Amino acid sequence: MPSIQKTLCLDGVSLTLGLRRLIGPLTLKVGEGEIVTVMGPSGSGKSALLNFICGTLESAFEASGEVVLNGRRLNLLAVEQRRVGILFQNDLLFPHMSVGENLMFGLPANVQGRHERHLRVDQALMEAGLEGFAARNPATLSGGQRARVALMRVLLSEPEALLLDEPFGALDTSLRAQFRSFVFDHARQRGLPTLLVTHDHEDAAASNGQVIDLLQNQSETKA
Amino acid sequence: MGSISPLRTGARRWLRLFPPVTVALFLAPIAAGLMGTVLPSFGYLPGSGSAPLTLTPWRDFFNAPGVESALLATMVTGVGATVLSVLIAVAVSASWHGTRAVSSLRKWLAPLLAAPHAAFAMGFAFLLAPSGWLVRTISPWATGWDRPPDFIFVQDPNGIALLIALVCKEIFFLLLMIWAALGQVKADRLLDIARTLGYRPVSAWCKVVLPLIYPQIRLPVYAVLAYSLSVVDMAIILGPTAPPTLSVLILTWFQDPAPAMRFQGAAGAVFLLMCVFLTIAMWRAAECLGAKATRDWLTSGARRFADTAVRWISGGAMIAILAVTVGALSTLVLWSITNVWRFPDFVPSSFSLEVWQDIWPRLRESIVITSIVAMVSASIAIVVTLGCLENEQWNGKPTGRRSLTLLYLPLVVPQISFLFGLQIMFVMMNMDGTWSAVIWGHLIFVLPYTFLVLSDPYRALDSRYARAASSLGASPLRLFWRIRAPLLLGAITISFSVGFAVSVTQYLATLFPSVGRLPTLTTEAVISVSGGDRRVAAIYGLTQLALPLLVFGAAMMVSIRRARQFAGSK
Repeated sequence: MPSIQKTLCLDGVSLTLGLRRLIGPLTLKVGEGEIVTVMGPSGSGKSALLNFICGTLESAFEASGEVVLNGRRLNLLAVEQRRVGILFQNDLLFPHMSVGENLMFGLPANVQGRHERHLRVDQALMEAGLEGFAARNPATLSGGQRARVALMRVLLSEPEALLLDEPFGALDTSLRAQFRSFVFDHARQRGLPTLLVTHDHEDAAASNGQVIDLLQNQSETKA
Repeated sequence: MGSISPLRTGARRWLRLFPPVTVALFLAPIAAGLMGTVLPSFGYLPGSGSAPLTLTPWRDFFNAPGVESALLATMVTGVGATVLSVLIAVAVSASWHGTRAVSSLRKWLAPLLAAPHAAFAMGFAFLLAPSGWLVRTISPWATGWDRPPDFIFVQDPNGIALLIALVCKEIFFLLLMIWAALGQVKADRLLDIARTLGYRPVSAWCKVVLPLIYPQIRLPVYAVLAYSLSVVDMAIILGPTAPPTLSVLILTWFQDPAPAMRFQGAAGAVFLLMCVFLTIAMWRAAECLGAKATRDWLTSGARRFADTAVRWISGGAMIAILAVTVGALSTLVLWSITNVWRFPDFVPSSFSLEVWQDIWPRLRESIVITSIVAMVSASIAIVVTLGCLENEQWNGKPTGRRSLTLLYLPLVVPQISFLFGLQIMFVMMNMDGTWSAVIWGHLIFVLPYTFLVLSDPYRALDSRYARAASSLGASPLRLFWRIRAPLLLGAITISFSVGFAVSVTQYLATLFPSVGRLPTLTTEAVISVSGGDRRVAAIYGLTQLALPLLVFGAAMMVSIRRARQFAGSK
């Protein structure tokens, strides 16, 4: 059997809101460990594009085109069956769970046994430089710490692709570069096809990958 | 802020009076009413001179025939209805979140909520009794019955009919409360996160949303529990009869001419109060145990939880509830214009408006009384609510969780446990049977609802309007009349119509203060059921239903027109 390449492919994806075409048709391919950046100002529909890929697009939008991840066509799959992780500008940690519980929520059920699950959570915390934070209430963490927990929660759920919806936007400049390389390193390390949307050119430059500017002539984006 | 003009301080001082006045209006009668019930339960009737305290009423109560089975029926119907309606409300919210079915149900929630309990109970009986419309629909062609079958459904000894009817009525209130709470916890975003992490909809909702919103629906759930354990009008129409539920049994004692029976009733009313509080305490304990027991499940990583089953069972239950509700109310319409409707005909064989004509003088009287009481009590409630909210704006901190608990007090204390005592207080003040007594009695229950409905839009109003106006030198009073009141007109009319509907549904709060002198549609409707003529009963029930719906429809029109105006002026 030929091994299916780890890729996230968009084929002729376009999004409209009312009569206004926001995106596309857009065709692109994000390979294993590759980071592709979609640039555009707010309101350009770049967040909607990510929502379309992970299946949470609001019904006000109309979308067409194919999304294929590792050979699976995602369009008709339910959100929870797509295995696409997403990270937002706001960390959206669950306020009724501790930091450790948030991470354990991401961990799949097949990691069994109390001991094993706690071990995996502690490992993740160590990777994020947050050793001993398991019992903390997320509200007591700094913005940068919460952002790292949110990333680890996504990664623990073993996604096959990663979507980044301006996840660095809420952090101040010094933290931003640090967290950005943290995210990129983890995504590459796991070989995840990663799609980043942002309006910040520095983010795009740091990704070292293909950059698609929604403002520019769209024919350019058709690779 | 710059200098404060004398007018402003004056207005502020007046506003300060609102919270204590509110407390006096609505907590004092509850406290007095409880006193007026507890004292007689020990043999002392306030205002009747001194008497030695005694335990005889309590002994009489516990020895009264039927108390045990009445208590059993009360617990089964009350707890059963609450458990079932909470389960269905949670299951529907969890498995149909964000669907078009839910958003259209949301639009129809208000009229469903406004349907009075007595009218609904009556329609429920006319629909589902052995001789009801449902059996007529399938007879005799499917069942072979040409006489009403022998099973007992309505007024069955186990209270199953009452239990189901309570679920049908309470589910909409719980859904309203759940959906209101969802907006405050970013539920949609958190659900998206959980689902992209691989959780199916029901488990995502139960693990992520339910623990966050439960604190906000806790008081409404307790209100449902207390209501179901102590309901009177629905229990008279649908509940078991020999013996009835505890609250109905107590009411018959209160209405007994023999004084000893009233003392016994007072003991029963205090006992029911203790039962309700004990059940609420046990529910609270069960919440804690449940939260502890499911703590590990939250983080077990299990991502599916009988999703398909929950979805279809809850959807089916909801459709059945809607069908029963619509069916019950349509049955009322049909019976009200019936001349002859023999079993098992599907529809009446002849229609007539003669019964309307026959009872019109009496009906008209109760329409007038009901409307006046509802309008006055809803108006007072709106004024008091706005006064408190204005005071909050100018003088103080926002109303906290504790005052919210106070607001729920009249909904958590069984009505029969303090309205009898309140009647005694009214007698002592020489107020029994007067308009003021009835309006005051209604106000206790109207005020919490007008406050709940109006406070959110009021607080959500952009405070920059007010700041802009007051920097132009507007006084608080002027600010209110020229800025807030016009902007809030839609919310105020809706809140008024909710208050109106709540007043129309009041049964005990009419019966006790009016001492039978001011018959409203509700008291007439309940009496008419025992009269035996379904046509007369249906007319009272239908009118009781129509009155709040008309007011609600008018309020909706004002509110929609208002919203369009503002949208247009942008």
